[in-house]
Amino acid sequence: MSAPTATSRPRLPRGVRLKHDKVRDEWLLLAPERVVKANPVAVAVLERCTGEKTLGEIVDDLAAAYSAERSLIERDVTKLIADLADKRMVDL
Amino acid sequence: MNAQSQIAPPTGMLAELTHRCPLGCPYCSNPLELERAADELDTQTWKRVFSEAAEAGVLHVHLSGGEPCARRDIVELTAHCAAVGLYTNLITSAVGLTRPLFDALVAAGLDHVQLSIQDAEPASADRIAGYDGAFARKREVAAWTTQAGLPLTVNAVMHRANISRAARMVDMAVELGARRIEVAHTQYYGWAMKNRAALMPTREATEKAVADVEALRRKYQGRIVIDHVVPDYHARFPKACMNGWGRRTLNVTPSGKVLPCHAAETIPGLEFWNVREHSIGAAWYDSPAFNAFRGTAWMKEPCVSCERKEIDFGGCRCQALALTGDARNADPICHLSPHHARVQKIAAEEAPAIAPDYIYRRLKAKA
Ligand code: SF4
Ligand code: SF4
Repeated sequence: MSAPTATSRPRLPRGVRLKHDKVRDEWLLLAPERVVKANPVAVAVLERCTGEKTLGEIVDDLAAAYSAERSLIERDVTKLIADLADKRMVDL
Repeated sequence: MNAQSQIAPPTGMLAELTHRCPLGCPYCSNPLELERAADELDTQTWKRVFSEAAEAGVLHVHLSGGEPCARRDIVELTAHCAAVGLYTNLITSAVGLTRPLFDALVAAGLDHVQLSIQDAEPASADRIAGYDGAFARKREVAAWTTQAGLPLTVNAVMHRANISRAARMVDMAVELGARRIEVAHTQYYGWAMKNRAALMPTREATEKAVADVEALRRKYQGRIVIDHVVPDYHARFPKACMNGWGRRTLNVTPSGKVLPCHAAETIPGLEFWNVREHSIGAAWYDSPAFNAFRGTAWMKEPCVSCERKEIDFGGCRCQALALTGDARNADPICHLSPHHARVQKIAAEEAPAIAPDYIYRRLKAKA
């Protein structure tokens, strides 16, 4: 399967859900037999993984929202998406 | 003592909705004493149990059995799980699942389907399941699942009759569109223990299968997640059974008993609570069975002074009992256990030249 690029449109497939868990007061990404804690940055990325935006647009968005260096954000976001795609938790 | 502050909330619950099943897999993990239909919890009670589970912190619920679709209220229960925010997984044999029922489950909010596959060869698969035509039904349900866009997990239990096709079963799971496969080598308790002579593969066959499946990880990276439960008779350290007793998950039996693991009832002297009298949260935090092997205070040597005691929690309690006679002993898979020689003897045992017939799992089988 291909690695994410600036033009990929990442999305959460059916069966993968981002959920705020009240009992633990945490954001969690739920998938078959998997629970991954999502930190605030991951939540911001995953909320944008709707299949509509390209990875490049998600990076632009976040760079604006967090007024951070675009290249750093691009690196982190690409890595996060690549990891999750490997685990079949994000479709490209 | 405020138990709740020290015990983490449960993350997963296996709901054995019924022990009824049209199949008869000889390695079935249900107990030899199967619970009867007349003793099953009713719809309202299961709904309450799911609500309590969600409140207690359960994230994943596994609707299992037997065959969960043998319950006439399966759609209603699935809808309730989804409504209370549980990630809902259906563990099915496919037999008993029709297209309209499947569509209703998807509409009810089902998140994931886990399908058992007995072999990559249809005739052999049906013989293992003890049910003609089961294999074809599974292909069908796999197709419905992927068409609906639901994630599919294939569950493959490996033993003598299918072990030479372990790699082909992974290929088949990819073909079926599964995102995940669980390859589990038979663990010998319950029905599998009863059928051990028929199920035990040769050592060479096991080693080849393990290597073949591992080799496929690279090939299928990013296409299918391979969860490989390797046979532990050859290991030096035990696995952290259930990630530790009462640390992550719980089981509810068809009649409502709350168990720390599906084999827990084999351990004598444990007091299990029933959902008819107690909430899921109460059973998790306060029932004697859950607290019996929590933490490390119950341990004996060599575990007491071992640095791995918070890593593997001394392994499997049921296996310790079965092979050493005391559930508080170290799991004898551990090479530090004084009973380890027993395990080595079993591992060295040759599989019989001609395998005996299966004793199929049946509701009225004599134990
Ligand atoms: S393992 Fe086989 S017999 Fe046991 S519940 Fe599953 S499908 Fe039925
Ligand atoms: S002695 Fe006990 S805690 Fe240590 S590795 Fe063996 S089973 Fe695990």
